[in-house]
Amino acid sequence: MEAARSASASPRPQAGPTPLFGAYGIVKRFGGFTANDGVDLEIRAGEIHALLGENGAGKSTLMKILYGLLEPTEGVVTHQGDIVQLPNPDAARRLGIGMVFQHFSLCENLTVAENIALVMPRDFSGRALADRIAKLGIDYGLHLEPDRPVWSLSAGERQRIEIVRCLLQDPKLVILDEPTSVLTPGEAEVLFSVLERLRAEGRALLYISHRLDEVRRLCVRATILRAGKVVSACNPREETARSLAAMMVGSAVREVTVRGGGAVGRERLALDRLALPAPGLHATALRDVSLSVAGGEILGIAGIAGNGQAELFAALSGEVRAADPASVRLDGAPVGDLGITARRRLGAAFVPEERNGHAAAPAMSLSENALLSRHSTAPLTRFGLLRPGAARALAQRVITAFDVRKAGPDPAAGTLSGGNLQKFVVGREILAEPGTLVINQPTWGVDAAAAAHIRQAVIDLAARGTAILVISQDLDELFELAGSIAVLHDGTLSAAVPAAETTREAIGLLMGGSSDAAPAPAH
Amino acid sequence: MTLDIVQMVLVTVLAAATPLILAGLGELVAERSGVLNLGVEGMMIFGAAVSFALAMQTGSTLLGALGGAGAGLGLAALFGLLTVGLAANQVASGLSLTILGLGLSGLVGANYVGIKRDPAPHLAIPGLTDLPGIGRLLFGQDAFVYTAVALVAAVSWFLWRTRAGLTLRAIGDDPVATHALGLKVRRVRFLSVLFGGACAGLGGAYLALAYTPFWSPGMTAGRGWIALALVVFASWRPLRVAAGALLFGGATVLQLHAQAAGLGLPGQLLSALPYLATILALVLLSLGRRQGGSLAPAALGRVFTPSR
Repeated sequence: MEAARSASASPRPQAGPTPLFGAYGIVKRFGGFTANDGVDLEIRAGEIHALLGENGAGKSTLMKILYGLLEPTEGVVTHQGDIVQLPNPDAARRLGIGMVFQHFSLCENLTVAENIALVMPRDFSGRALADRIAKLGIDYGLHLEPDRPVWSLSAGERQRIEIVRCLLQDPKLVILDEPTSVLTPGEAEVLFSVLERLRAEGRALLYISHRLDEVRRLCVRATILRAGKVVSACNPREETARSLAAMMVGSAVREVTVRGGGAVGRERLALDRLALPAPGLHATALRDVSLSVAGGEILGIAGIAGNGQAELFAALSGEVRAADPASVRLDGAPVGDLGITARRRLGAAFVPEERNGHAAAPAMSLSENALLSRHSTAPLTRFGLLRPGAARALAQRVITAFDVRKAGPDPAAGTLSGGNLQKFVVGREILAEPGTLVINQPTWGVDAAAAAHIRQAVIDLAARGTAILVISQDLDELFELAGSIAVLHDGTLSAAVPAAETTREAIGLLMGGSSDAAPAPAH
Repeated sequence: MTLDIVQMVLVTVLAAATPLILAGLGELVAERSGVLNLGVEGMMIFGAAVSFALAMQTGSTLLGALGGAGAGLGLAALFGLLTVGLAANQVASGLSLTILGLGLSGLVGANYVGIKRDPAPHLAIPGLTDLPGIGRLLFGQDAFVYTAVALVAAVSWFLWRTRAGLTLRAIGDDPVATHALGLKVRRVRFLSVLFGGACAGLGGAYLALAYTPFWSPGMTAGRGWIALALVVFASWRPLRVAAGALLFGGATVLQLHAQAAGLGLPGQLLSALPYLATILALVLLSLGRRQGGSLAPAALGRVFTPSR
């Protein structure tokens, strides 16, 4: 056993040139959990290498090992064939490894230049650094204002800081973790051209994503992880998105099927010229937002993050109340001045964007989390006292119906993986059979199998006569789910157009705020 | 003549402000790194007791002052071990450190209650110190006061002009992000806490060796807490901490004169005046300046445990 392990931990001779960076026999255990189990990975100069896998497959762990943030339990990392030690990110950076984080590693209250100066090797001199930032900006089309504080920047601009910070160190290998998950289609195009340029300069890129179309477009080599092990290495261009997904999941991914025949009923959810002042300095004011969703209909709200999605969701759920009760209507009844529980009692249900801390309390058990949103719409209390047994039974029904994978009978919500917790919070609301469902970013950061499960459940719910409003940044998702799509830009909502009559490009332009490119409605 | 009266008042204002500047700057640095040290009062009074005892034993004010700073540093090391090393709750640890410091100071100072000592020597430059109107104020202070003033400039320079200061502020803003960049979050935080403790101890030493100068239990009289409040209302900026401390000193002197003049107001109310005035002024100062982002170090009070 030991011998076998040590054998797998030594670099294996491979056909072809010596890879720029290699990782061989990587094992990483956290307590009893094995995140990486004998992973081999080779990255060559001048290639964009895809690392694919579901949530929890071990991609992030492997990446952090390569960047010196985690120490592997076993295994070695090599640079041009030599075994190297990566005790900290400094060592990784000295070897020429740079990283663009998914959840940006930026300090919000520092300026762009200060955030970049943090990792520059020598003492920074403000002017010289600002000049270098400006020069890179011109070279690569990555414009940044050095003196802006990070909190005032969009996700795309923040990512630019990370990329510029990386490039200033002239890296040989750039690791990108889910780089397009927060970008608009337009911003993603800019990113792709930068990546292609970096590749052409002879740098290696390790591209982590679960967006298979992007991977097939950018990469000619892919390593696929499942449950901590490498299950396949392939050329993604020779595969289809479906076959890649099947390799990641280990079985065929269910295709989302639209159940026809769900007749559109009467209007269930309506906003009538809803206006709300910006609740805070980072927030967006909503201006004259009107919409109408009928039973059986799914309305998609597209838009770049920070254009009022959070505020719109809060106004719909009752977390923020409108001045005019009639500006929000549920089944015709004015509810603008009612709170969340009152709206739930009227048959509405809500799934907020943030799983941990908004949709679920991470430290509380699943049954307690079931209570949190269902206490008034399910028989979970008696004379104001909790009925823990009923709450556990409800949680169990959600777990069974939505195939929520978990450890232990009633674990804390925070111990579930993102996809499983999302299935739980969506299932918790759907099992209430609401008349209206408002759901914000239903599958953000969720792996393909869980996303398909959630989308199917949403479509099935609509077919049973529920009015559904989906807020999402993911255009693929909106075109898959929604019957009609409206775009939220800077707090104003465009007119909804049938999804079949518009294009991704038209919606993308509206998201960017160009109103003249609006798909011409029949008039 | 009137100039000399103004100067006398200003000298006493500066003297009353000095312990707050010292303790406030130390706490500011600790909080900028993300550690909320509620043990300032305890570190201050322990510093006062140790400094007085040491100065009495050795006869040296300098050794006393260093001992006071060292005593604050020692308590801060314990606090740092708990909150930075063992990721214990910062609020609970800080409060217990204050109680510990009060207790220890009583123990150390037990034999020195009621003994008076010559105050720390003041600077005397022939010619300059005797200048009418400004000589005493500029050239006749003791070393504590000059240290405090120099520290205001030094801390400002360090935090906004050096790489280490930038790292410290970044860690106070987001320890997870800075750790991901490979910065030494726990080391920087520990050092910041030590600096804060030493400053608090020095502030206490000033009270015992120069301001009063004697030892009596509880002599810091809540100045540690005022220093904490100063840091918050000064929105974590050294110059504003100094300004707030001077305002507090001014109000202290004013209420002493008012009590002596017999205004007919209850003495307790007048004694509360400096505290009220300082808080009021700093609240007003911190209003309306916010454009966005967070004034406070965003990670203030959050413990950080790296995974490895």
